[in-house]
Parts: sequence; C-alpha cells; structure tokens
Amino acid sequence: MRIQRIAIENREDNLEEVDLSQLDSVIEKFKNKKGITIPVLQAVQQIYGYLPAKAFDLLSEKTGIKKSELYGVATFYAQFRLKPVGKHIVKVCHGTACHVQGANIISESILEALKIADGETTTDGFYTVESVACLGCCSLAPVIMIDDEVFGKLSGKTAVNVIKEYQLKHNN
Amino acid sequence: MEQIKILVGLASCGIAAGANKIYEKISAIKEQEKLNFELTKTGCVGMCYREPLVEVIDDTGSYLYGEIDDVRITEIIEKHIKTGEPVKEYIVKTDLFENEDDSYCKNQVKIALRNCGVINPEVIEEYENAGGYLAVKKILNNNISQETVIQTIIDSGLRGRGGGGFPTGLKWKFAFNSKSDEKYIICNADEGDPGAFMDRSVLEGDPHSVLEGMTIAAYAIGATQGVIYCRAEYPLAIKRLNIAIDQSRAKGYLGKDIYGKKGWNFDIYVKEGAGAFVCGEETALMASVEGRRGMPRKRPPFPAVSGLWKKPTNINNVETFANVPYIVLNGAQSFNKYGTEKSKGTKVFALTGKIKRGGLVEVPMGISIKDIIFKHGGGIQGDKKFKAVQLGGPSGGCIPDYLAETPVDYDSILATGAIMGSGGMVVMDETTCMVDMARFFLDFTQKESCGKCTFCRIGTKRMLEILTRICEGEGKEGDIELLEELAYQIKDSSLCGLGQTAPNPVLTTIKYFRNEYEAHIRDKKCPAKSCKKLITYTVNPEKCTGCTVCAKNCPVNAISGERKQVHFIDQEVCIKCGVCFSKCKFEAINLS
Ligand SMILES: Cc1cc2nc3c(=O)[nH]c(=O)nc-3n(C[C@H](O)[C@H](O)[C@H](O)COP(=O)(O)O)c2cc1C
Ligand code: SF4
Ligand code: SF4
Ligand code: FES
Repeated sequence: MRIQRIAIENREDNLEEVDLSQLDSVIEKFKNKKGITIPVLQAVQQIYGYLPAKAFDLLSEKTGIKKSELYGVATFYAQFRLKPVGKHIVKVCHGTACHVQGANIISESILEALKIADGETTTDGFYTVESVACLGCCSLAPVIMIDDEVFGKLSGKTAVNVIKEYQLKHNN
Repeated sequence: MEQIKILVGLASCGIAAGANKIYEKISAIKEQEKLNFELTKTGCVGMCYREPLVEVIDDTGSYLYGEIDDVRITEIIEKHIKTGEPVKEYIVKTDLFENEDDSYCKNQVKIALRNCGVINPEVIEEYENAGGYLAVKKILNNNISQETVIQTIIDSGLRGRGGGGFPTGLKWKFAFNSKSDEKYIICNADEGDPGAFMDRSVLEGDPHSVLEGMTIAAYAIGATQGVIYCRAEYPLAIKRLNIAIDQSRAKGYLGKDIYGKKGWNFDIYVKEGAGAFVCGEETALMASVEGRRGMPRKRPPFPAVSGLWKKPTNINNVETFANVPYIVLNGAQSFNKYGTEKSKGTKVFALTGKIKRGGLVEVPMGISIKDIIFKHGGGIQGDKKFKAVQLGGPSGGCIPDYLAETPVDYDSILATGAIMGSGGMVVMDETTCMVDMARFFLDFTQKESCGKCTFCRIGTKRMLEILTRICEGEGKEGDIELLEELAYQIKDSSLCGLGQTAPNPVLTTIKYFRNEYEAHIRDKKCPAKSCKKLITYTVNPEKCTGCTVCAKNCPVNAISGERKQVHFIDQEVCIKCGVCFSKCKFEAINLS
C-alpha cells in the first residue's frame, strides 16, 4: 500500500536547523493557484533534498493547505522523502526488464560494498541508495542512475566499480 | 555535392550508452579541423541494442553506425567524412547493401514512430518539414467539421494505446457530446509499466506529434486546455516537451487565437508526476493533477462527462495521440489498411529481457509474437531456450513458448489470459523462474495499491506472502489453490484496473507453469535454478585449479583462496549471483 505511517514526534529532523527563508520564493510562486500541493512539495524537496518537518508548518500557515493534506500527499507519492539524504542519490532500477537481468544482484552488491541497507545513507553522507521501478532504459538492463547519469549493462562487479569511480570523481 | 549530415541518437537510452560524449567529440573535431558537415541531434532510432548510434547521410545514401566509441567515431570521420568511404564494419543499417540487422527493421511500419530518430526533436521546423502541423492546417483550411474529424478517427479503427484499447474516436464523441464551456484534453504520459519505454521514446524523439495530436483532439471535442501528465523519472522527455510547447506558442500554434483562427484558444502545460503507478489510472491521474492523493474513484461519471475539475475531459495515451496527425493527414484508410479486423494499424513494442536485440519495434497488428521475438528480436541471448514472454506489465500475463504463434491483437492476447497492455514485451529464457516473476509483480502491485479497496490492499499482500514462501522453499500443499481463490476475489472486489488485473501474472503462470510451482512446493527445487534460497554454489575441489578468476569476479568477495590452491565460497556472504559459475573455465563451480 502506498501509505507510510509516520509518527510526527519521531521525525528525526525536528530539531535540525533548516533555513526556511528559502521557502518564501516557493510560496510566492504558487500563491493563489489551484492544484498546487504536489508542485509546492516538489519545489521544497528541490531545495532541501527532502521535506523538513518545519517546512510543513510554514507551508500550511502561508498557503492555507491543511497540514494533514500536505502529509497525506507527501506520504502517498514515492518521490517525496521525509528524511535528509546523502549528497548523491543512487537509484537501482528494479523494473521488470532489470529484474529479469539480475537487478537484485546489483542492489546487493552495491549495498554490501557501501555497508548500508536499501533506502539508507552512507555514514560519510555521500550516497543514499534507493530502489526504483524503471528508468526507461530497459534495453540497457540492468541499470542504475546516480544523480542524473545513467549506467547500463552492469554486473555486480561493474556496478560497484561505477559507484567507487563516481565517488572518486565527485569527492571534493 | 550536398552537405554531409551526421545525426547522433540522443534519447535517454543513447545518452546512457554514452552518446553525449560522442556528440561532443564529433563537435570538437568539426571545430578543430574546420570540417564541413551538419551535426544534429535526434531521438531514439529504436535499435537500442546498438547504442550509441550515429547516422551519416551523404549524397550516396544513409549509413547507420552502431556501438560507437571514441575509436570508431574517429575512424568514421577520417574515412567516411573526409574521403567519402563508408566504414563497412561498423554499419548496422543502410539501404545500399544487406546487413545482419536488416531483419530487425524489415516489416516494421513506422507511424507513431515516424519521426523518431529522423528529426531533431528540439527544432520545430524539422517537424514541419517532415509534414508536421499539416494535419491541423488541413482541418482549418478545408473547414473540416468536428464531427468529420471524429468520424475519421472512428473509421481508422484506432484504439487506445495506454492498455485499455478503447476506440479513440468513440471516446472523443462522448466528450464532444458533453456540453460545457470548459473542457480538457489530458495526455497520459505516466508510462507506469516497468519495462516499457515506448512513450518515453515518442516524447523525447517527436514531442510535436503529441502536441499536434492533442490540438486535433481539442478541436474535435472543443477543449481549451491541455495537460500532459508525465512521470518525473523522465527528465529529458519533460525538458523536450517544454521546449516544444514554447516553440509552438511562439509560432501561434498554442495560446490564443491559434493558427490565426479568431476565438480558438488552446494551450498545453506539463504536469510532473510524483511516483505512483496508480496515477496512470485515469481518475487517479486527474486527482493527482488537482494536487490530491492519486486515488481512483468510481466510474460513472466518466471523464467525458465529469473529469478534471469536474469538467468534461478526454484522456488518451502518448502513442494514441502520436498516431492522430498521421491519420487526419493521410485519411483513415492509411491506418486501417494495417492490422486485423478488430485491431487496426500498428503498435509499438518495447522488446527487453533476455532478447538479443532489445529496442523498439513498430509492427502491424496481427503478426505473431514469435515473429517479433525471433525475426525482429533475433532470438534469445546466448541462444538459450525461449520460455515465455510477459505482456502488459503488472496487469498482464506470461505467454508460454508454445503459444508463440499467437498474433498480437487485443482479442487474441486477451484469450491467453494476458493483456496487450501498453506494449512492454519482456522476454524470459530457461533461467527465469516463473514463480519468482509472479512474486516480483505481486510485490510491485502490493506496494503500488492505493489502499482504498480491502481486497486489493490486503489480498495482494497475502498473495505476496504465499509466493515469497514458495520461492523460499516453505510452500505447502494447497498454496496454489489458495492463491487462485484469493486471485478471483481480488479481481471481483477491486474498484480500479490495478486491483482487477493485479492477480493476472499469478493466474497465467499457474495456468502455464503449474509444474514449476509444484516443484518448489513439493520437491523444494527451483527448476530454473534462480530462487536464491533453493540453490547453493560450491567449489569442486577436484576441478579447481586455483586460477582465482572466480574470486576476482565475485561482487561481494565471498570467495577466498590462495593462487593455485582450492578456493572456498563463504555461504553466509554469497548472494548467489552465479558469476563464478559462468566465469570458471574449469567447470569447478557446482550449482545445486
Ligand atoms: C493501474 C493503471 C495504470 C495505468 N497506467 C497507464 C499508463 O501508465 N499510461 C497510460 O497511457 N495509460 C495507463 N492506464 C490506462 C488509463 O487509465 C487510460 O485508460 C488511458 O490513459 C486512456 O488512454 P487511451 O485510450 O489512449 O489508451 C492505466 C490504467 C490502470 C488501471
Ligand atoms: S483496486 Fe487497488 S489501486 Fe484500485 S482503487 Fe482499489 S485499492 Fe486502489
Ligand atoms: S555466486 Fe556470486 S556471490 Fe556467490 S560466490 Fe559466486 S560470484 Fe560470489
Ligand atoms: S526495467 Fe530497468 S530501466 Fe526499465
């Protein structure tokens, strides 16, 4: 089911300092338009990489959209994250084509190499690894995407190499 | 001599294979050596298995080069561009002589994909030079009535390409008959079926054809606003759509008084999805556009009566719209001369999985599955045995090898228990476990269920638990019957297509591969040797030479051993990927 249950008081970032002034431009842009809940949340996530708890309070106050509705939408769609993420996001495709071509092996190899579980962030905060369904490059299966770059025709070994090289290249 | 033209296939698939770097390289060489040729981008040619692709057109004809890398492109420029001599070894397709890949392209009829891989999708003039926007202009110049346009679409026999297969013209007629001052056109570009990418290719390779199709639909039903609901996983498609929309507005093809016709207002904007399969369902999609959770609602009222913002709305799939300008321009007969009695025209299929040539093929309806897989697709990778093909994604089913003669048309596919779906064709060979496939799809639908209906929400979860148990060797007698019972209950008591079709992969695999289920349950064996809990890889000490190849290739370092000593696999660490098994030259890895 598409519903995540979250206890508000458990939200880890409740105490985290986030710069909410950046939200002004988002609120300004969408003010008085209809059907804005999803685009507003997308814009907020664009800024922080996730949806900070404090942003919900402010958004609700400024746009008049109920907090329950904001949370309802945020927990319904797979795109929205309620936790901070690493600097770079690795998406391992688990669509049908990639599954048939061994996506599980790619995931397990990468997670083993980074010593994390699916959906988690590495301790150095560099990578967050997620599973997704189909990146649309099925003929190159199995496929992973790091940030906006797609890598295809992988094996467990080459996937781990790609991850390592990418980190070397972007580690500064 | 006419100027030589070089086209680089820059769709997502090409870029993933490295086409951007090739484009930059050609551009750099051109700059450096002041060479005289035209360099341009294009969409997906469809031969994804040969990406990156570069096409050279000179006055002798067209040459498509495949699997281009730095070395090959330099050689092609040195020989073909500078001396006019094609580099034969790298050619994958040309009209001038025969090629190994010709059977991939032969008998394809490109209507929806007519411009993909031919024009530069970011230049509106290229679309117009290829006959683009002539269909709308034909309607306006000849004062063709709304009814006549709708009748043309009805006569063409075009049916919805999004999976349902509802006659497009009829749908337009319903929306036309609804009286309202405000109506909407929606293009469904959510392409939720994982393993399908036809819509992505059209959006990236020929966005204007979708805009023109939507404009014609808007004219036919009297709509003033269009929305393209595109999944967020397709950033390039979204970018190119927005470029196309801006260009169309600048030309007066979108906006107010379009095409110079006073009072005809129609504009389009792109709405990004947020990652939910169920939002492909039309009522959920509209809820999502309105900014709510994407939950389906009861129909009627149908969108044609009460849709987006409660106004009459017509919703069609990307490929459906891409066919429309062609039909209007060339007449219904140009389309319905292809296909079968009840399934007219052509259909695009995304061939993936264990197939030699994966990519996009557009073929007339009615050709057999076997022809697509073996003639176009070139058969199975590694010449393994073809086992089954999955059509229709999570809503569809697996068709076994012995039904490969089944023609691809809506009714014949339905008779097998699968559905035509949107066109994803995932090919499986003898190493694919069918119980695992069923489990995979149930895992998907169970996660994607919106949760509104009890049977869809909880029933799929129970089915998934049973399937997982079977895959792990914990299956019980009676499990198959229980799965079937649950399947029919879920089908009967779900509101939307997601729940109603979710059990299909399970039902078809039970129907055609019952023996595999039984082997898992009774013998605790996976006949395809794929279910992880039921297999182990070990080193045979008699045969192991200590060559270290397995250890070097193991992705998780599960293998230890000194050079020239017998190696050892740590079962705790091993993820059963099978790499050691396939890499060992001495057959020293046992699979049991
Ligand atoms: C769960 C579910 C997912 C769907 N996903 C898609 C999709 O991704 N793309 C699509 O075009 N149609 C999808 N459909 C079908 C749409 O509801 C609708 O029938 C279609 O967009 C109508 O366009 P057409 O008549 O041109 O096919 C889906 C239906 C269901 C029930
Ligand atoms: S069938 Fe499933 S996805 Fe469809 S409305 Fe019911 S719960 Fe939601
Ligand atoms: S099956 Fe894969 S993970 Fe297991 S030992 Fe062999 S190479 Fe390593
Ligand atoms: S299934 Fe992985 S890219 Fe489509």
